[in-house]
Amino acid sequence: MKLKNVTQAAGFLFLRICVTAAILALVVILADIVTKGIGVISWEFLTTMPKNGMTQGGILPAIVGTFLVTVITALLAIPLGMGCAIYLNEYASDTKLTRLIRMSIRNLSGVPSIVYGLFGVILFVQLMNLGTCVLSAGMTLGLMTLPWTITASEEALKNVPRSYREGALALGATKWQTIRTNVLPYAIPGMLTGTILGLSRAAGETAPILFTGAAFYLPFLPKSLFSQFMALPYHLYVMSTQHHAISKVRPIAYGTALVLITMVFAMNLVAVIARYRLRKIKME
Amino acid sequence: MKNAKINVSKFNFYYGDSRVLKDITIDIPENRVTGIIGPSGCGKSTFLRSLNRMNDVILGSRAEGSVMLDGRDIYGRDVDVAGLRRKVGMVFQKSNPFPKSVFENVAYGLRIDGIKDKYFIEERVERSLRDAALWSEVKDRLRDNAFELSGGQQQRLCIARALAIEPEILLMDEPASALDPTATLKIEELIQELKKKYTIIIVTHNMQQAARVSDLTAFFMLGELVEYDITSIIFTKPSKKLTEDYITGRFG
Amino acid sequence: MARHAHKEKLIHGLFLLNGLLVVFLLAGIFAVLVKTSIPAFREIPLGQFLFSSVWNPTATFTKPSYGILAMLVSTFMVSVGALAIAIPIGVGAAAYLSDVANRHVREIAKPIVEILAGIPSVVIGFLGIVLVGPMIARIFGLPNGLNALNGAILLAVMALPTIVSLSEDALKSVPRSFQEASLALGATHWQTLVKVKIPAALSGIIAACMLGMGRAVGETMTVLMATGCSIKMPASFLDSVQTMTATIAIELGEVPYNTTHYYALFGIGLVLFIITFFVNMASDIILHKYQRVMK
Repeated sequence: MKLKNVTQAAGFLFLRICVTAAILALVVILADIVTKGIGVISWEFLTTMPKNGMTQGGILPAIVGTFLVTVITALLAIPLGMGCAIYLNEYASDTKLTRLIRMSIRNLSGVPSIVYGLFGVILFVQLMNLGTCVLSAGMTLGLMTLPWTITASEEALKNVPRSYREGALALGATKWQTIRTNVLPYAIPGMLTGTILGLSRAAGETAPILFTGAAFYLPFLPKSLFSQFMALPYHLYVMSTQHHAISKVRPIAYGTALVLITMVFAMNLVAVIARYRLRKIKME
Repeated sequence: MKNAKINVSKFNFYYGDSRVLKDITIDIPENRVTGIIGPSGCGKSTFLRSLNRMNDVILGSRAEGSVMLDGRDIYGRDVDVAGLRRKVGMVFQKSNPFPKSVFENVAYGLRIDGIKDKYFIEERVERSLRDAALWSEVKDRLRDNAFELSGGQQQRLCIARALAIEPEILLMDEPASALDPTATLKIEELIQELKKKYTIIIVTHNMQQAARVSDLTAFFMLGELVEYDITSIIFTKPSKKLTEDYITGRFG
Repeated sequence: MARHAHKEKLIHGLFLLNGLLVVFLLAGIFAVLVKTSIPAFREIPLGQFLFSSVWNPTATFTKPSYGILAMLVSTFMVSVGALAIAIPIGVGAAAYLSDVANRHVREIAKPIVEILAGIPSVVIGFLGIVLVGPMIARIFGLPNGLNALNGAILLAVMALPTIVSLSEDALKSVPRSFQEASLALGATHWQTLVKVKIPAALSGIIAACMLGMGRAVGETMTVLMATGCSIKMPASFLDSVQTMTATIAIELGEVPYNTTHYYALFGIGLVLFIITFFVNMASDIILHKYQRVMK
């Protein structure tokens, strides 16, 4: 009897250590970046061009570049993801074709991001002849984000009660009228919330943009969607491994890392708050 | 039967491989209340939902036989299902107002029909709410969210919503099963009013309710129509032993 | 014909097309990888590509060599190492959250795990350089800590959220009756967890770990930055390595389009795609079997 309890105590201690380790990982990561990055952050750092071979100055073009690319990603991934989710949740019946679509989505979410990069090089840069630019990189990330936006959108559609659909159909609404007037208005907020999480991941990705448009060093803002651009994650990679004076630019690397995770977390936070509020509205 | 609005003949309905309605043949008269009773799982709701093809949405379902509405088979080819449902309104077991205002709930059917005329819509909404005996209670709350109404009011709102598109037939699937006695009474009185203009078919689990509101009563069991007659006959001298057993409460 | 029928059919068709897009995308990715790597296999014998550990595409005096074995081994070494760290911690944390923790702890710990999942891989890689690397160098007395161990630790951090949240789902879906039956027989909470719940949730947990494996194999930036970039057969976890993903990331930007070297990099991409495809499929099959059993 006694041994049983000792084993249990030891076991639970082990589990507690596991959770602590996971939490500690995050604490260490954040603490290191925040403490060493915060000193670098200034108005100037955020709003000026890099100078002197990126050993001085700010990271404005990287911020703008990441913003622009994320907009393109959103423009591609949100409508296509919603459309696919609408098909799956509203139209599709349980056929072989539907199962094939679902299998494809699951597999796409497991395709390595660098492979999306390879696909983007062939499809956008070469076949569509867009060259390496904001558009190519954004669309590559958009394709990568698609499985996440589909899953999030379908989740939101599932949360709309069946009675809304039945009620509208019983009043003689056609399928599309039902979806447009009595399903989508209640699903779109949830769809967008889930999508933001996917976009925040896309914004932090580096591998897919390496060959589709990200530039090593451009001390000016992208002139159009057909220009190359600097991006925060790629800039961090460059500053920490590729720069000729790595130890000299380490503070800039820390500053970039801090800006990047702040941006990603801010997007996550917006999504979490929105989700919380949506849930509250639904309960009322 | 004279003045039959709906003639159902040899109607079978399947969910996948299971046959849930078996050779149903029944004529439903115009401007009468036809009650459908039977133990749960007897197919009465499925039958009701066959009359406006609401079962179409269920995957793997299949209908056989014919349902003639004013002499035309609603399962025929090229039938406009949306048009059929505008002619055959439905009120569900659990009231299902949309998360819109009281006014917009009733106006929904008109708006999806492409009607834009504001005065026409306002007039029709008011008339439908009056017909559903709800107007006096909600006339000052038309902009409120429908969820703020009481359960009984919500169900009458759903009736008003169905009436707004001027159907000829009203299908009611246990419309009072989730309501308290007072709200139930109101719905039952309303049904008596409505039968002057509409052909009503009501599924109910509650035999007293069937006896009170319906002119004719059909008794379903295990997917078959056991007996169908004038309500007083069904409840006083049914011709089938099974019917008698059921109405005297020996099972079900 | 009905009023709206044509329009409805058209809209249905458009959504179907949108739904099929993902099938085309997956097939398209595969087709592009195959088509672009075919020219490479005209030049490179498949045996050399898969079984040689010499990758030297830019050799000038000797014949260029395109063997990916060293990278393949490095990829698996780093990924398996990551899972060896992440599985016990992840499953332990999941068990704690689903069975031991009170609501309060759960509400704090779960978002933290989610936040961990949101950290960009390039940031994790950066920390491998500035934090984990120096630590490894100090402990093992190495000139630098950029090696397979570093990569494995970082990938473990990245795989952790997937393993924790999916394992927790699996543990939660074990019917209460199992647990109650065990407790009623006098088993302790711990015995019930280890002998009843974890075995019952095992296929879900395995699926979660396979998914984590798929992620680790395909991860690029972290391993690119933290493992030292040296293509040779690794002898131990303290050797510098270069994974398949890292090779593509480093070299694709520098080779001219449409050379054998360029095509060979797509060949590596194809190998990656095939590996992750089968790992994910396996995880999927395990998960589905498990869901059917649970129902």
